[in-house]
Amino acid sequence: MLPILEARKSQIHETGAEPFVMACEKQSLAGSVSQRACVFCGSRVVLYPIADAVHLVHGPIGCAAYTWDIRGALSSGPELHRLSFSTDLQERDVVYGGEKKLYRALIELIDEHHPKGAFVYSTCIVGIIGDDVAAVCRRVESERGIPVLPIHSEGFRGTKKDGYRAACDGLMKLVGSGPIEGIGPRSINILGDFNLAGETWMIRDYYERIGVEVVATITGDGRIDAIRRAHGAALNVVQCAGSMVHLAKSMEEKYGIPFLRVSYFGIEDMAKSLYDVANHFHDAEILGRSQELVREEVGVIMPELRRYRQALEGRRAAVYTGGAFKAFSLVRSLRTLGMKTVLVGSQTGNREDYELLRDLCDQGTILVDDTNPLELSRFVQEKEVDLFIGGVKERPIAYKLGIGFCDHNHERKVALAGFEGMLNFAREVHCSVMSPVWKLVPRRRRNPS
Amino acid sequence: MIAPIHPDNLSSPIGRGAGSEGVASEANTPLQTNREAIPPDPTTLTLALSRRERGHEPSAASKNACKLCAPLGACLAFRGVEGAVPFLHGSQGCSTYIRRYMISHFKEPLDIASSNFSEATAIFGGEANLREGLANVTRQYAPRLIGIASTCLAETIGDDVTFYLRQIRAEANGNAPRLVHVSTPSYAGTHAEGYFAAVRALVDALAEPGPRHQAVNVLTGIISPADLRYLKGLFRDFGLEAIVLPDYSDTLDGPVWDEYQTIPRGGTPIEAICRMGSARATIEFGSTGDRTKTAGALLEERFGVPRYELPPPMGVLQTDQLTDVLSQLAGRPLPPAHEEERGRLIDAYVDAHKYVFDKRALVYGEQDLVVGLAALLAEVGIVPAICASGAKTGRLRDRITALEPELAGEVTVLEGVDFTEIEAFAADQRIDLAIGNSKGYGLARRLKIPLIRVGFPIHDRVDGPRLVHVGYRGAQQLFDRIGNAVIAAAQDGSPVGYSYM
Repeated sequence: MLPILEARKSQIHETGAEPFVMACEKQSLAGSVSQRACVFCGSRVVLYPIADAVHLVHGPIGCAAYTWDIRGALSSGPELHRLSFSTDLQERDVVYGGEKKLYRALIELIDEHHPKGAFVYSTCIVGIIGDDVAAVCRRVESERGIPVLPIHSEGFRGTKKDGYRAACDGLMKLVGSGPIEGIGPRSINILGDFNLAGETWMIRDYYERIGVEVVATITGDGRIDAIRRAHGAALNVVQCAGSMVHLAKSMEEKYGIPFLRVSYFGIEDMAKSLYDVANHFHDAEILGRSQELVREEVGVIMPELRRYRQALEGRRAAVYTGGAFKAFSLVRSLRTLGMKTVLVGSQTGNREDYELLRDLCDQGTILVDDTNPLELSRFVQEKEVDLFIGGVKERPIAYKLGIGFCDHNHERKVALAGFEGMLNFAREVHCSVMSPVWKLVPRRRRNPS
Repeated sequence: MIAPIHPDNLSSPIGRGAGSEGVASEANTPLQTNREAIPPDPTTLTLALSRRERGHEPSAASKNACKLCAPLGACLAFRGVEGAVPFLHGSQGCSTYIRRYMISHFKEPLDIASSNFSEATAIFGGEANLREGLANVTRQYAPRLIGIASTCLAETIGDDVTFYLRQIRAEANGNAPRLVHVSTPSYAGTHAEGYFAAVRALVDALAEPGPRHQAVNVLTGIISPADLRYLKGLFRDFGLEAIVLPDYSDTLDGPVWDEYQTIPRGGTPIEAICRMGSARATIEFGSTGDRTKTAGALLEERFGVPRYELPPPMGVLQTDQLTDVLSQLAGRPLPPAHEEERGRLIDAYVDAHKYVFDKRALVYGEQDLVVGLAALLAEVGIVPAICASGAKTGRLRDRITALEPELAGEVTVLEGVDFTEIEAFAADQRIDLAIGNSKGYGLARRLKIPLIRVGFPIHDRVDGPRLVHVGYRGAQQLFDRIGNAVIAAAQDGSPVGYSYM
């Protein structure tokens, strides 16, 4: 039996046994091999899909190299976000400071690509060598006439969540600087959908079909000018609440724009995202159109979904996500497919998230916060799961043990949001769980199911 | 940055600047942040001039880097030691990003621990986190060795890891796993330098003197798990015992498991690394690193282990150099199975030589890989027209022309470049195919040329760890893939769509 570190035990619980409070939102334990990344990662994740901005990583090469074109976030126009720009700091820059190099790099990139804005991400050592990144950004901003925003994302300054916050603070400087004439009263911003495989387009289309105007899709197919006029919207609709709720709260404070937390994964949550918006506007017409849309879309996918459900009924799943909000939707989506979640956790969930999860899951489900590969491998074996839903770092844990896998992270190229996405999700799960290759792996041959 | 080879400037050597030695020279010396004068880097100056001559301005920004950072290379090396866990002393992100990047290529679990700096750690120093991290890794993994690479953050705050480890070892009284440290600030060198520095650090920490034995040390440089398996087989067939360091042939390309393995089975045993000090010889591949700073150099200087410095064994001629040495050491000719493999390879060269002759290739990646590929291409009649690397050693041109002198007038050698610069050069001339890692896909797609994926990383195909590059078998695989890519390009571009050639 793989050992659990003493200091980790308060972040692992089983539902139904004893009442518990999940310890969470903590700095990861040194030496634990967390699946989390860092502050920089949090900022990069949020801002990455803004496609008409230059994203310049100020630091040595690693941080930029490892985040080059790694996500499935699509753009309908410019694709600056798919390029990897770095000041590639060298030893001499560390000694003498990197401000001049940063200035030259910014000017060069702006003159070459004519972006609508630029984000400058500070990585670990920038904070240490004391570069005045904000001053360089101000100078370039005045010389080139576009917003140049410093993002204080030094990796060690907290967790990924602090990176989300730094990114939201950067976005807040943009919001409010554009014209809002002509924006109607039934209007929203879509926050926290990253347009992976075109998901934002799908969601936008749903909202437009029910008669809601979409002002800015901030983090998916994002555009600087749209973000600048985001304060003209009547409502913020926030998915992936961990990353974007800070922006929504800031906008509520400054501009009085209320926000709703939603999820677009699974039939129930997708439908609820439309109904909640309709109800928010107290608009019977919008509500009526929402119901019609849901009926229509569900009708299209149901026959095929039923077939998958027949095959998958009773199978067991493990879910490990970045934010906890997605985990709720996945537990529900798996239920739609007749599957049971026996292990669920997140990198950045908070206490309320885990209370919700506890209430949502069946008895005997293991809940984990900021877990590590050894814990995950132990529980997927103990619980004999058939499917693991996670990201790239979780995939080999599943495959090595002969367990199916569904990639639900930002690298994926398959749309899993919306009604159509639910069908894709079912196909993804089905094609992994039902693969005949599992008959050949040692664990399954030993314990034929 | 850029060293184009023209017949008229062959005599002017490209200077090498301070700091271009990479990480090896910095091993275990935390960077001093006093602002002493560092002399200007003559490489940069020369190259900046040559860029301007070509109408390119020197760039302050890296745009799609053709290199990775040093800690990644160190993690790869440590992953090839039996019972070892790589450990990055720095922020949590370094370990997670590098894990994700490597997992996407190897498709294997790859746990890299982190000391997980917080703001307080960055201010007050990393000792407490290092201690806690090492203790937790020891509890969870029961490793035999922890390979600690210090990241740019730890190096910049001046953390004295060597000193901390000395204390931790003393307190542990021999009960701790072996702790091996390498200094890998990512502002110096690339992943290749990080890899070589980690290999040297392992040998430095573990190799011992002793009565001479018959095993041969093999220091391969960055190659694939399948390459490692091939080389081990080759030595075995010669009847030679090889100590291959590192050996991630199993740890990064293993079978499906029955039960989860905390640390994947395989790797160079620690006892074997200890015995490297008394081996009969060292065979060291790689040519662009500083040969006085390698693990092989250390074994030679400290223990008197004779060293064979060989080029990367890619292509017939370079592999022959290796098998000649093995014949000498083993006192027997090339084993028949390998003789036949060599024969079939040359037969394949002959059968397909006309399809590839005079094609012009772009080759990019780690410098040693580029040298090996250039030599292989040259021996089949493909011109390695552009040889490019994100690394900057100042030696790439010399090493290529040393293997293939007739390439001197035909090759543009680019050091310290990114993919944007490489693409600009490639767009300027006729290039028929690109050979390198999968990060060149965008470039190849825009230039409408086939990409033959080799090396690391290959993030958009499934067979990266199983590709063979070295030896007669590697040459066969590469030649077949290159030949087929050229033939397919012609076939796909044909208005006729013939199905017979």
